[in-house]
Amino acid sequence: MEITTRSLWTLIHGMGFGALYLMACSGALVELYRRYCTHNSVEPSSRDETFLRVYLAVMAGLAWLAVVTGSYIIYPWYRAKPPAGTANLAVYPRYLLLSSPTTSGWHNMGMEWKEYIAWIVPIAITMAAVVVMQYGRRLKDHPQLRNTILCFVWASLLSAGIAGFFGAMLNKNAPVEGGDTIHLVQGESK
Amino acid sequence: MSATTATATLTNGPGAAAVLAAGIGSFALGLFAVLAEKITTLKSWTNFYNPTGPLSGVTTMAVIVWLAAWAILNLRWRGREVRLVLVSRIALALLAVGMLLTIPPIADLF
Repeated sequence: MEITTRSLWTLIHGMGFGALYLMACSGALVELYRRYCTHNSVEPSSRDETFLRVYLAVMAGLAWLAVVTGSYIIYPWYRAKPPAGTANLAVYPRYLLLSSPTTSGWHNMGMEWKEYIAWIVPIAITMAAVVVMQYGRRLKDHPQLRNTILCFVWASLLSAGIAGFFGAMLNKNAPVEGGDTIHLVQGESK
Repeated sequence: MSATTATATLTNGPGAAAVLAAGIGSFALGLFAVLAEKITTLKSWTNFYNPTGPLSGVTTMAVIVWLAAWAILNLRWRGREVRLVLVSRIALALLAVGMLLTIPPIADLF
């Protein structure tokens, strides 16, 4: 059982940072709604507040790690230009996709959309984390502010979902491969 | 001043500055993405890091605009009450337009 370094980075980016962010998003939405809605008479404890602050800060960290690894580690491998006359495009995913009309849409629509919309995520969640850190339980006194933050977190979930969907489909149609091979488990041949 | 008093008197200004700046940053991202695709000079200028191409410049510029807007608005609105309903509507409209501009068929209309 083995994996290439490029595949490993793709896993860290998508399954590590991206998928973890998507899973965390529903928790953030529920907690932001439940704790700071005006008809909730129970005051959140300072421990609960600290938990939500750390939770949102970790989400912001995940979002930044996802876009930075995606844009500066994986994307350069994805868009690398093959030398003239290269017949096997397996390690040039962008050109592999564009070489066939049945797959070109994954680049022209999928990657072109994903590469930009993903950057909405860290902007939205960093803002939400900072406002929650700043206001804490006082967010209850500013329902409009809380609702706007909820909308931004929803937008970040949508953006991360679009980026995650196209990331998975791009990797299915033209995986980012190459680099050193890491042997994970020594198998037995029959 | 105790922490309780400080939080009790927190105005909506800093929160409004944060949400409006996030809206401006999102809109800047969509706008720069469209402009970099349409204007050749801008496309090469936004090529901050060659292996990543124009994406590096577009996103870096959007993050700079977002943080600059946040810093300026926070300075102006710190300790003030602002019209949060209006600010929120503008911020969400900018966010929506920014997201729409990242969709390739919509970007191709310009």
